[in-house]
This record gives sequence, C-alpha cells and structure tokens, in this order.
Amino acid sequence: MRSAHNILHLGIKELRSLVRDPIMLVLIVYAFTFSIYTAATAMPETLHKAPIAIVDEDRSALSNRIIDDFYPPYFLPPALITTAEMDARMDAGLDTFALHIPSGFQRDLLAGHSPVLQLNVDATRMSQGFTGSSYIQAIVSGEVNDFMRGYRAETAPAVDLVLRARFNPELDKSWFGAVMEVISAITMLSIVLTGAALIREREHGTVEHLLVMPVTPFEIMSSKVFAMALVVLAASWFSLTFIVRGLLAVPIEGSVALFFAGATLHLFATTSMGIFLATLARTMPQFGLLLLMFLLPLQVLSGGMTPRESMPDAVQFIMQAAPNTHFVMLSQAILYRGAGLDVVWPQFLSLAAIGAVLFTLALARFRKTLATMA
Amino acid sequence: MSEAGDVIASPAAAPVVRLSAVGLAYGKVRALDSVTLEVPAGCMVGVIGPDGVGKSSLFSLVAGARAIQTGRVEVLGGDMADAQHRRTVCPRIAYMPQGLGKNLYPTLSVFENVDFFGRLFGHGRRERERRINELLNATGLAPFADRPAGKLSGGMKQKLGLCCALIHDPDLLILDEPTTGVDPLSRRQFWELVERIRANRPGMSVLVATAYMEEAARFDWLVAMDDGRVLATGTPHDLLARTETRTLEEAFIALLPEAQREGYQPVAILPLKAGEETEVAIEARDLTMRFGSFTAVDHVSFRIRKGEIFGFLGSNGCGKTTTMKMLTGLLPASEGQAWLFGHPLDPHDIDTRRRVGYMTQSFSLYGELTVRQNLVLHARLFGIPSARIEPRVQEMAEHFGLTEMMDDLPAVLPLGERQRLSLAVAMIHGPEMLILDEPTSGVDPVARDAFWRILIDLARRDNVTIFISTHFMNEAERCDRISLMHAGQVLVSDTPAAIIEKRGARNLEEAFISHLEEAVAKNPQAPPAAGAPRLPQEQAAPAAANLAPRRQGFSWRRLFSYTRRESLELRRDPIRLTLASLGSVMLMLVLGYGISMDVEDLAFAVLDQDQTTLSRDYALNLAGSRYFIEHPPIRNHAELDQRMRAGEISLAIEIPPGFARDIARGTPVQIGAWIDGAMPMRAETVRGYVQGMHQHWLTAKAREAYGSEATAGLFSIETRFRYNPEVTSLPAMVPAVIPLLLMLIPAILSALSVVREKELGSIVNLYVTPVTRLEFLLGKQIPYIALAMINFLLLTALAVSLFGVPLKGSFLALAAAALLYVIAATAFGLLMSAFVRSQVAALFGTALLTILPAVQFSGLIDPVSTLEGVGALIGQIYPTTHFVTIARGTFSKGLGFMDLRASFVPLLIAVPVLIGLGAALLRKQER
Repeated sequence: MRSAHNILHLGIKELRSLVRDPIMLVLIVYAFTFSIYTAATAMPETLHKAPIAIVDEDRSALSNRIIDDFYPPYFLPPALITTAEMDARMDAGLDTFALHIPSGFQRDLLAGHSPVLQLNVDATRMSQGFTGSSYIQAIVSGEVNDFMRGYRAETAPAVDLVLRARFNPELDKSWFGAVMEVISAITMLSIVLTGAALIREREHGTVEHLLVMPVTPFEIMSSKVFAMALVVLAASWFSLTFIVRGLLAVPIEGSVALFFAGATLHLFATTSMGIFLATLARTMPQFGLLLLMFLLPLQVLSGGMTPRESMPDAVQFIMQAAPNTHFVMLSQAILYRGAGLDVVWPQFLSLAAIGAVLFTLALARFRKTLATMA
Repeated sequence: MSEAGDVIASPAAAPVVRLSAVGLAYGKVRALDSVTLEVPAGCMVGVIGPDGVGKSSLFSLVAGARAIQTGRVEVLGGDMADAQHRRTVCPRIAYMPQGLGKNLYPTLSVFENVDFFGRLFGHGRRERERRINELLNATGLAPFADRPAGKLSGGMKQKLGLCCALIHDPDLLILDEPTTGVDPLSRRQFWELVERIRANRPGMSVLVATAYMEEAARFDWLVAMDDGRVLATGTPHDLLARTETRTLEEAFIALLPEAQREGYQPVAILPLKAGEETEVAIEARDLTMRFGSFTAVDHVSFRIRKGEIFGFLGSNGCGKTTTMKMLTGLLPASEGQAWLFGHPLDPHDIDTRRRVGYMTQSFSLYGELTVRQNLVLHARLFGIPSARIEPRVQEMAEHFGLTEMMDDLPAVLPLGERQRLSLAVAMIHGPEMLILDEPTSGVDPVARDAFWRILIDLARRDNVTIFISTHFMNEAERCDRISLMHAGQVLVSDTPAAIIEKRGARNLEEAFISHLEEAVAKNPQAPPAAGAPRLPQEQAAPAAANLAPRRQGFSWRRLFSYTRRESLELRRDPIRLTLASLGSVMLMLVLGYGISMDVEDLAFAVLDQDQTTLSRDYALNLAGSRYFIEHPPIRNHAELDQRMRAGEISLAIEIPPGFARDIARGTPVQIGAWIDGAMPMRAETVRGYVQGMHQHWLTAKAREAYGSEATAGLFSIETRFRYNPEVTSLPAMVPAVIPLLLMLIPAILSALSVVREKELGSIVNLYVTPVTRLEFLLGKQIPYIALAMINFLLLTALAVSLFGVPLKGSFLALAAAALLYVIAATAFGLLMSAFVRSQVAALFGTALLTILPAVQFSGLIDPVSTLEGVGALIGQIYPTTHFVTIARGTFSKGLGFMDLRASFVPLLIAVPVLIGLGAALLRKQER
C-alpha cells in the first residue's frame, strides 16, 4: 500500500519532469507522427524509375514496340546503346537492366524459330533486379503475344494459377511500413525515455536525494517503468488511431485492445532494458553510444524489417530472447491477420517471461550500482 | 575606478588591462553591466565577490576566450576584438578557468597534461622536458608525474593547472578562483608558489578571482564586484578604511547597495546548553570506506550530541562527503560502525530515514518541478498524511521565506534561495537531525549569514542536531564542535576555541595548517610541503629564447599534439573505444544477417480436395524446391483461415476437386494460391516463386505428354543475373553495408570528440592558445581516420571470410577510396560538432544525418537514379553513394581504378570542402 503510494507519486514526478524536457517531447512527437508518416509514404514502389538500356540490333517494328513499352514511373525511358557500351554501363552502375534484342528477332519469331532475347540484370541491386526482371518478362511477352495474335491461334493454358494475397490484397507497402514503424517507435522510445529518466536523475544528483528518503530502489525503478510505459502507450494509441488509421487509412483487422495488451507486456520488458542500459552508462553520451549498439540489432533482427525465416538459425534462436521478436510476431498477427488471443498466447507468455527476467536483472543491477551513483 | 591611479604605486606606466563600458549578456541574463576598469600592471590584482557576479565572464573576456559583445577590452596594449592582436598576445597570456582542473584532461597523466601544453606552445622535446621537470619539481608534483589528472586532490589539480599555465612564461596570468575548495595548507602553498614565480618574473601581472576574503587581503589591489558591476577598487587597506570595517568580508557587505543589505544582521551564536551529555544523536567508530585500493575515509570516529551543531572542516576530496553518505546509509561502510539515535546504522532501515534530513553538496532537487511541487513530492514520499501536507508546506514556505516563489522553477532562483529551498525540503518531515554537505558554497555572504541564522534557530529552539560540512573557516567557527579532516582522517575534534588554543595559533586557519603539516609529515604519500622546491631558473632568463618557436601560421607540432592527446584519451575511454573498434564489426554481423531479402524455407500447406496422384505431384513440385517447406495438409477452409492468421504458413495452395479428371479432359482448371500479404516485400517474392514453379510444372507435364518439341514457345528470354548469379542477399548487401558503417561510426566519434571538449570545458584551450582551428580539427581527426581504416580492413576481411563475398576487383582501388571516404566521414562529424553544443545532440544529430541519407539515398537498396526530389539531390552529392559504387564495383564486378575513376572525383572534392567548412564554422572564441 505504502509502496504503491510512493510509486504513484514518483511516477507523477517522472511525468512532470518529462513535460519540461523539450528534447524528449520533440522526439516523442517526431517518432509517432512524422517518422511514421514518412516511413509509410516514402517507401518507393518496388519498381520505380528503374534504369534500363536496350541494345536493339533488330530495328524492326516489333523491337520498336518493345522499346516503347518501357516508360515512367516503372522504368526510366530506355537508353539505346550498342553491345560494346553495355558492359561498361553496367559496370559503372548506370543501368540495372540491359535488354538485348538480336538482329532478325521479328523475322525468326514469325518463322517460328523461337528466337532468344537476352536480359542482363545487375544483381547487386537485388530487390529492383529481381522484381524488375519479372516485370520485363511480362511486358515483353505481352507485346510479343499481341504482335503474334494476328498470326497464330491463342493457346490458353489448361491449368490456371489464381494468386490472391490475404490481409493486404494490393500488397500495399505503406500498410506494412506504417505499423512496423509504430512498433519500432514503441521499442525505441520506451528504452530511451526510461534510460534518460534514470541518467537525468544521476546527472542532477537527485538519485542520492531519493535514497535518503523512505523509498526503496524497487519503488524508484517501478515508478519509472510505469510512467514511461504509460507515455509510450498513450503516444502509440494516438499514433495508431489518428496517423495510421486516420491519415494513412490503413485498415486494422484485429483487436486494437489486444494489441495494446501485448504492447504493455512488451513495454514492461523494454523499459526494464532501458533501466539496465542506463546503469551501464555513466552519462547521457555513453548511454547514447550503448543504445546505438543495442537498439539496431534489436530492431533489424526482430523480423520487423525482413522475414525471420531467412535469417541463419543461430540468429533466429538468439533473437528468441529479445522481446521485439515476440512483439513483432504478435503485432503482425493481431493487426494484419486479425488473430485473437487463442493464436497469440504463446507470444504473450514469452513476453511476460522475458519482461519478468529483464525486470529482475535490471533491479538487481540498479541496486548494485546505486552506491556508485550517489 | 577613478582612484586607480592614486592608490597604486605602480612602476609600470600603462595598465595591463583596460576595460571601458564592457557589457555581456547570456540571453536575457546580464552578466556584466557596463564595466569600466583599469588594471595596473606588474602586480597581484584580486577580483572579489560571490558566485555569479560576473567575475568569470570578465576573465574570459580578458583572456580572449569569449567574444566581446559591447564595450572595449584592451589587454597588453591592444584591442581584444581584433583577431590579429589576439593571435599575437595569446602566447603572453595564461588563463586558468574556474573549476578544479577544468582545462585539464582527467585521463591524461600529470606529465602528459603539461607536455600537451608545452607542445601547443611549440617547444622542442628537450626544452619541454626541462621546463616540465622544473615546474613539477617546483610545485612538488614530480613524484606524481604518472598519476592521471582526474585522480589528483583538488590542491594538486590546481598546482597542475598552474604548471600548464606557466609552461610558456606568460606576462599576464589569469587565475579564476584557483583555490576554491582547496585545503588551507595547499592554498598557502599555492600562493607561496605564485609569489616565488612573481619574484622571478617581476614584470608579470596576475589577475585572480577569489571567494575567500582572507586571501584577498594579501593582494596588492582589489576589485569588488556585485551583480555585474564594479562596487569599488583599491588596495585592501583602502577598502577597509573607506568602509570603516575590520575585515574584508564586512567591508564587502558594507559596499553592497542598500537594498541588498536590508535586513542584514550579524550572526549571533548562542552557546549550547550544558547538561545533555547523555543523549547521543550520532556516534561513529572507526568508519572506513575504501574504493578499490583507495581509502577515502580512514577510521573516522566521533560523537555528536543531540541539539549540537557539529562541523566537518576540510578540503574537497578529504572524505567529508563520503563520511556523510555512510551516515545516511547511501554508502555501506567498508569497516567500522555507526549508531543513529542509539540504533546501529542499517542502510535498509526505512524508519531511521524519516528521522534524518539530508542536503547534498550541489543543488539536487528536481529542476523540472516548481518549488511547491518539490515540497509536496517530498512530503508525500515521507508519508505525511494528505490532509497535513498543505499546512506543512505552507509552514515551511513561511519559515524559509519561500512564499513568494512557490510556483517558480528552482532554476530561476538565486543560489541563496535555492539553498533555502533545499533546506526546507530536508526539513519537510520535521527530522530530528540534519546532515548538510557544504550547504553554503557559492552563496554570497549576506545570504550565507541568513542561512546560518536559520540553522542556529533550528538547533537551539527546536533542538535539531545539525551535522554540517564546510571549507569556510568563519563558518566552522560558528559550530559547537568541529572535526578537522584531511585525506580521509580526522586530525582533531574539539570546540573551535579549544583547537586554536591548543595549537597556540592566532586563528582557526593557522591551527588547521599546523595540524595539516603534522599530518603530512607523518604520511609521505601526500604531496610534500613546500620544503625546498627548486625554482625554475629559466623563468628569469631572457624571453628571446622562447620567442623563436612562437611562429604564426600552420604548425605540424601543434597539430600532432592534439593527435597525440586525442589518441591517449580515446585509449582510456572503454565505451568509446569499444564502439570505435568493435562497433562496426558487430553492426556488420547484424546487418549482414538482418538485411536479407532472400526468401527461403517458406512454410506452405496444401488443401488438396482432389487427392489424386497428379494433385500430390503438384504439391511435391513445390515442396522439392529450396524455397518452400511443406507443412501438414489443410483439411478445410476454416483451418486454412486459422493457420494463415496464426502466421504458421505463408502460402496455402488449394487444389479443387476433380483436378486430375478435368486436366485429362482438357477442361480449364483453377488452382488457388493464398499468400500472406502481411509483409508485402516477402509476398511479392513468394508470388514470383509460385508463378515460376507453376510454369515449370506445366512445362514438365507438357513434356511428359507431348515430347520435348511441345515445350518450345514463341520465343524465350534468357535472363542473366550478373555479378551475383545466385541472386542472394549477401553479395549484394555486404559491399554496401561497409560504406554505411564507415560513415556512421567515424562521423559520430569525431563529432563527439569536439563537443566533449565543449561540455567539459577544455575547449578553452583552443580559445586561448596559439593553436589554429585547422590544426585543432585535423589533429583530432587523424586518430579517427586511423581507426576507421583499421575498421575498413576488419570489415573487408569479415566480408571475404565469414560472409564469403569474394573481392573480385582491385583491393588497392577499394582501399584508396576507403581512405578518402573515411576522411570525408570524419570531416562530416567535425562539421556537425561546429553546430551542436551537447554530446547528446552530437550523437543523435550525427546518427540521424548519416543513417538516413546513407540508407535511403545512397543506392544501398534502391539505386540513386530511381529517387526523386531532394532525396535524389542528396544522393548525388552524398559521399556514400560514390563509395557504394566503388565497393560494389571492386567486390562484385571485378573492377579497378580506371573503371571507377568517375566515382573518385566526388570523393576528392568532398574531403577539402567538408574540412574547410568545419574549420570555417568552428569558433575560436566562445559566444
């Protein structure tokens, strides 16, 4: 009772301190509004203004029609080059694609000789190269089929493959970008805010002050954990409601309440992590450097940016211990696929366990380092 | 001011410093208000006044460390607003800023610190070593030459500061509060040292600020300052005569404007009532505190009676604070015992805490909470019932004179009022005992006396036990009993009068010094007393010998002195060093494995409603590839939905009933494929794969049915994935991640290196020494370039070995480009540091301005040509773009210098532009 009372009042103090810290406020607003908006809208289409060069040795009606098929926004207007130029241009990175139309292409096609086009792809530009090459194949095939329609009977494939994307039928990248950005903002801010709250006390010498009062380290730590988690929850709710669903019009399938329940568990773990990191660092700059080394791996390897299953097994295994991994899984399940608690309970359980361990570790370390802080 | 001429029997004709109508403001706060002053040359001039009256601002203007806002400052016969004059005279001025060892480098040893300054002033090695030896011997620091400056005692730090200031034989020595917080013996030694140096260099003028009035009494000429104005000038005798007072402290109070003196009355000391011997509030027996091998407090014992004012007198770092922290339970004692109110001290005993009030050395309340909020918060935490909080806060506010500022933030209050607030907070729960750690340092005499009246009132009327520490002698004299502390030990405990009497001294200071000398004689570890220090002979030698190296213009020696110092500091900072050496390797591993666009081992399942050999064959076709892994079959649509929602499968294939039959008949059939679209990039790739596999299956079936000629289509496209035939992520990403990391980490580290100096105060060495901005920047840049190149080699080795990405092209071309690139990256960091003031801003600002352009606009994922607008513009000029081209060219495309020459040009341009901008924007003076 006494303890809860202290935690509450210390927590209120944390909130008041935060209100007077303009840098942190700007960071919160930036992370939950501009950053999400730009991340969602700035994500370019997979294929946008891709640079392509065409070596046209055929100079036929068909080859001209093919050249005319490449135009913005998918492709830049093709550069017409010679075979000799092709390698140098690709080496210099001027073109991602170089399409070679051999001489006699149209003639051979009409004669039924099955001529061969050559498409060179700069595979160091992976995503563009991979998607672009299938677009080019489709464009060229379509043009050739159109051209041939007058000459040959249509052959419909006997077996048709009907592809549908679930949960995001248009594969709109902004849906993904927006929600994932909210998730990484939650992780980043919860660590930064709690860590900064502790370091601020340490730099101002107020920790010492607290310790001579009838409050325990547990109460001090809990007050920071709960106050900062509350701030992040409120900000992320605002962001999800007004920025993601409102401004960006991203549909959310599942239960937002369930998502925030998961976020609360996640925050329990990350705020504890913030305290832990802050006990390792002596000053704000040191904390910043540590953050850089911790946050980036957490975010990049959590599965929020690239699929987990394409990471090495060892990495997948180690990342099981990170709260982000489970939070990303449950967020994707709830927000995109509309999953319920019956589906995501294992993640909830993992988060609770990780949070409990991190909180205990952080508290032990906090107690131990208090002597050096004072 | 006008009396300057008649009070001083000065031999020199022209004043050394002449100020006319000098004003200085920090934002809205006026630090100096139209100061006009002529400082006579060749003598010891003291500036007196409490903290925050403008002494330090005045000194920084005279030293040329701060830019002049209004008025005219003339030093050594020239205008300090003129950069040319500043350059000429800066080797003749030595400036020691306020704060113990503010312009020293704490991780550097004593010798390395002095050596650094010697190099800055361009002395050769032999000359330098001779001077350093002489100075260290003269100051008694020679035995501690290898000790890091940060581990010296306050007195030793100040002596070291003096060594650094004197290395270049200045004509004007500016010392800003050199003895504040230093024990009286060291203080006396310090002044003896200055006296001897002056005796050898009679022409040297010394300008000193001090808060100790006793010290000021010995100076030749004084300037009394208050609130940014000069109150009076003259010899000490003159000031006393004019105000008809006995001491300078009284004289100063008399000189204050009427309004400030209002309500002032001398502190009346009420003696402690006898006969309460039995009640002991605090008892300590053999309290000892060790930090590693260092003993901060060494077997300290004392007893404090209830209602007594007990004082701890000693220098900074003598163990006062540590002892107090042990008594409050903040630090567990290594040895010994203590009792509070008769109970053994238990740090976890919450109830004892309610009986004690503690006030820390520096102001440590919440600056973000108002006065009222601070009081209420503490009342709540001490568990005062809600109903009683409001009256109690009101009572405290009235008692401590805070009623008018209840809704102000502590930051806007004057120091004296903040101290009263701290005391009010410490008293909020009505404790029986107060532990006050140097509560009055920096407070002006009037406010200090007011504070003491409150203390005496609390002790005598409310019978509160007060345990207070101080380094002011006159405050110690007000205590009932005091302990003299030095180097962790209590030298003596008694009433002040008895201590003076026993030593046969004239006053407490002399008694203290006599005790200190005794202690030092016993303990050879402490700095030796001013026994027989050999004075620098050379000090008196003609200055001509030293003028030679004071060349203007660019100096490699000064540049390398910064390089040397930066490398030493970096080597001794574990966190920065770890980031610098291992940070990029660790991040490379993370990014190499994390930014993977390969889609492999995708989970899929089949809802097979046909259950024929043919339908199973279709599923096997998928399962056989390296991209897909088959999970148990799906039984119905509900299950399909549920398993996709759970994210268990990324792809579901639905084969309709009658699939085999319809194919045999030639009736069109539809196979359904559901892809998990939650991650669109992955979904796109899955779609590509599924389509490919489907085609492949159809062709294979056709071949089975009609023979090979059936497969020939109209035409075919032969796709060659060049440079990375497997189309896997690692060869594509690894060469591009190297440029990203070689930008991020070197830029952050170099940005921090300058801003750190701004924060810690050692940037003042750039302001007041002959080092130029370019020397400073390049000197600091070199260690980071070297580190970045080592990182480059590590990353390349990692790419080739662990990630198995072969380096097909010219290593030399790659290395040359890397060198240019890291020079640009570190120069970018230095450019950033010209703008920001705090390390945190440098860190986040640099991270933001490097990560975003390097990741988004430099062709790491999408080629620059596909960008639009500002992004495209940034991408074209940002160095990372060009280094990415070179890295991919050499790694994946097997190219060399000649093929990539076009990409070298932008890097060659970026280097001088960034360095030049950094040098141009860095300031040589504080504003």
